Amino acid sequence: MSRLAVPKTYKLFIGGAFPRSESGRTYEVRSADGAFLANAAKASRKDARDAVVAARGAVAGWAGATAYNRGQVLYRIAELLEGRRAQFVAEIEEAEGLTRAQAGAQVDEAIDRWVWYAGWADKFAQVAGNANPVAGPYFNISVPEPTGVVAIVAPQDSSLVGFVSAIAPALVAGNAVVVVASERFPLSAISLAEVLATSDVPKGVVNVLTGAPAEIAPWLASHADVSALDLVGAGDLDWVDLEIAAADTLKRVLRPEQGPDAAAPALDRIAAFTETKTVWHTKSLR
Amino acid sequence: MSFLEYAPAPESRAILSLRDSYGLFIDGEFVDGRGTPFQSISPASEEKIATIANANAADVDDAVAAARRAHDRVWSRMSGRDRGKYLFRIARLIQERARELAVAESLDNGKPIKESRDVDVPLVAAWFFYYAGWADKLDYAGLGASPKALGVAAQVIPWNFPLLMLAWKIAPALAAGNTVVLKPAETTPLTALIFAEIVQQADLPPGVVNIITGAGDTGAALVGHGDVDKVAFTGSTAVGRAIAKQVAGTHKKVTLELGGKAANIVFDDAPIDQAIEGIVNGIFFNQGHVCCAGSRLLVQESIHDEVVERLKTRLSTLRLGDPLDKNTDIGAINSREQLDRIRELSDAGVAEGADRWSAPCEIPENGFWYAPTIFTNVQTSNRIAREEIFGPVLSVLTFRTPQEAIAKANNTPYGLSAGIWTDKGSRILAVADQLRAGVVWANTFNRFDPSSPFGGYKESGYGREGGRHGLGAYLAPASVTRAGRPAPRAVEAASAASAAAADEKPARRTRRTTKPAKKGAAK
Repeated sequence: MSRLAVPKTYKLFIGGAFPRSESGRTYEVRSADGAFLANAAKASRKDARDAVVAARGAVAGWAGATAYNRGQVLYRIAELLEGRRAQFVAEIEEAEGLTRAQAGAQVDEAIDRWVWYAGWADKFAQVAGNANPVAGPYFNISVPEPTGVVAIVAPQDSSLVGFVSAIAPALVAGNAVVVVASERFPLSAISLAEVLATSDVPKGVVNVLTGAPAEIAPWLASHADVSALDLVGAGDLDWVDLEIAAADTLKRVLRPEQGPDAAAPALDRIAAFTETKTVWHTKSLR
Repeated sequence: MSFLEYAPAPESRAILSLRDSYGLFIDGEFVDGRGTPFQSISPASEEKIATIANANAADVDDAVAAARRAHDRVWSRMSGRDRGKYLFRIARLIQERARELAVAESLDNGKPIKESRDVDVPLVAAWFFYYAGWADKLDYAGLGASPKALGVAAQVIPWNFPLLMLAWKIAPALAAGNTVVLKPAETTPLTALIFAEIVQQADLPPGVVNIITGAGDTGAALVGHGDVDKVAFTGSTAVGRAIAKQVAGTHKKVTLELGGKAANIVFDDAPIDQAIEGIVNGIFFNQGHVCCAGSRLLVQESIHDEVVERLKTRLSTLRLGDPLDKNTDIGAINSREQLDRIRELSDAGVAEGADRWSAPCEIPENGFWYAPTIFTNVQTSNRIAREEIFGPVLSVLTFRTPQEAIAKANNTPYGLSAGIWTDKGSRILAVADQLRAGVVWANTFNRFDPSSPFGGYKESGYGREGGRHGLGAYLAPASVTRAGRPAPRAVEAASAASAAAADEKPARRTRRTTKPAKKGAAK
């Protein structure tokens, strides 16, 4: 006789905790062939706002950590992912209806992207910043700094690779993120949140919402304490309205990307959520 | 005669050979505009300078079409080396005609000739020199090999530094291989039109630079034009917001350089004489018509009284009057509209309980003027501590600890610039780290250089102008898909395939139908 399985309850990830949606709502997540997999929390406007509060509170600490430290913390996530590889492969296999090999390739890719981005943490400023030879007695230097709180609509057609590709670049420079996971494939995102919770990522640096992006994204786009909006996975939403809402507080906006190349690893994605600060230091012998 | 009284020393206007009226500069020629022409006046005397053509939507179409043709047929095919040589030519011509440009600028804008002559115009030439050298070195701009120009750039600039803002916009755009349609501000079109003559003298291919004049509706039509690939705007945050909405859902790349409410932080160990000069320069340079002006003075409580006394003494020596007089420190306010705004906010400061002090100076009969003014006893919630006044009005606040100074400095939706005055190097570095502002001046203020990126955090806009970063604002990586970049193995395979497809035509995202122009005046 086979053993009775213990199914997992998938919840939100806000401020380092795993709450249910304050609305009490859930929705059914089904496999590629229609079988019931789990109930996922259906996040509300209030959940989104709570997530932004948690993210804003986490910015100073994460941005203030040394680049070396952020790199180590991000690399640690890759280590933990590798350890839970089998779990993610099984989850993706079921959810997306892939073969074990295909699902395995996705997990490998996700892990490798974490490693790629983790390595950028203490190099990005060297590539994106520079000294400026101004015509005067000044030491003049430009450096990138994190933009602040980045709200992300994750790619909707991918469980893990899209999700990782969207959040990792924003984290590299020291931003905190609020990310709306794929509506159809939310389970890997929450499992990844469990990885984050047991890694050394400070609470609030990553906040994961599951539910309907069409419902949640407008509240994030218009939230005055969100500094930037990544619409990479919002191609099927009314994303122009989201961009218009974001303009009210002049948020930095990345427009949707489609296809297998969406959110492909690039320095641009790190740079998109940074601000260049230029400091003029007076030189004098006196 | 006291030591402060000098005989008038006006710069001669004979160097100018202005026309009675100016057309639009489209496709290398001056043509009539189809809107109702307007006058440009001298804000110092309200005398008429010239009649200026007004571009309507059809004129905007013509200008964009000319820029598109020039981009596709000439400028994008020209070698970077030759593009650079054109820009070097322009830089030289600006130097040769520097005095003429300075006189025209002071006449049209109202700024003191010593500023237009010693700051604005030399920086304009420097800007073209700097970016001229970039034109054949784009591979080193940090976007990978063979980055591409974006195409046609729509550029809308303000009235506070008319020719300098033109240089900030046109020089990097052309170096990167874009063609431009630029709209100067309604009240200060003169130097842009003289620049058009320089473009002709340089024999720049027709259509590479187009200059159209008009008010806010002309700017909105230009920004909203469907065949524009890049929008660059300097002006108010309100108009910047409108532009961000207007371009939402299009493929256009945008740079916005908007308002500010900069904190100028003075610690008790600051070199006080230099700090006083820096505070004065920070807010009274160009009559305070500076987006990065140090309009909020945060002074450590222990030296507040001393700093305020010294400031009052110093301001009493400033000479307000004829912008063309070489001894003038404070010129005219650019327009009646702006003067009204300064008065309104200044009165609001009094109404909210702050103490107003204005330098004792004679105000000329005609023209628009505002005496240098200091507010003390200002609360952080007061309008004069929160809103951009864009005039010669300084709000003084105090702090006790560096933490308090940082918190107060960052307590604004803006984030363009900031100043730090202290003798302690380590404190400068730590405070600079924590200020949320795009440009921080330590023991100096209001310095600009073509090699130095400039631009804001938060609601002061996005994108940078100046330096390598400013060049990047007019370029896209060779492939719009991200092929050829360092990436994990699976991605390389995937993107190599799509790169081939993408090479044919840059992928344009879903375009939204352009909304009818209805935005307010750009300034």
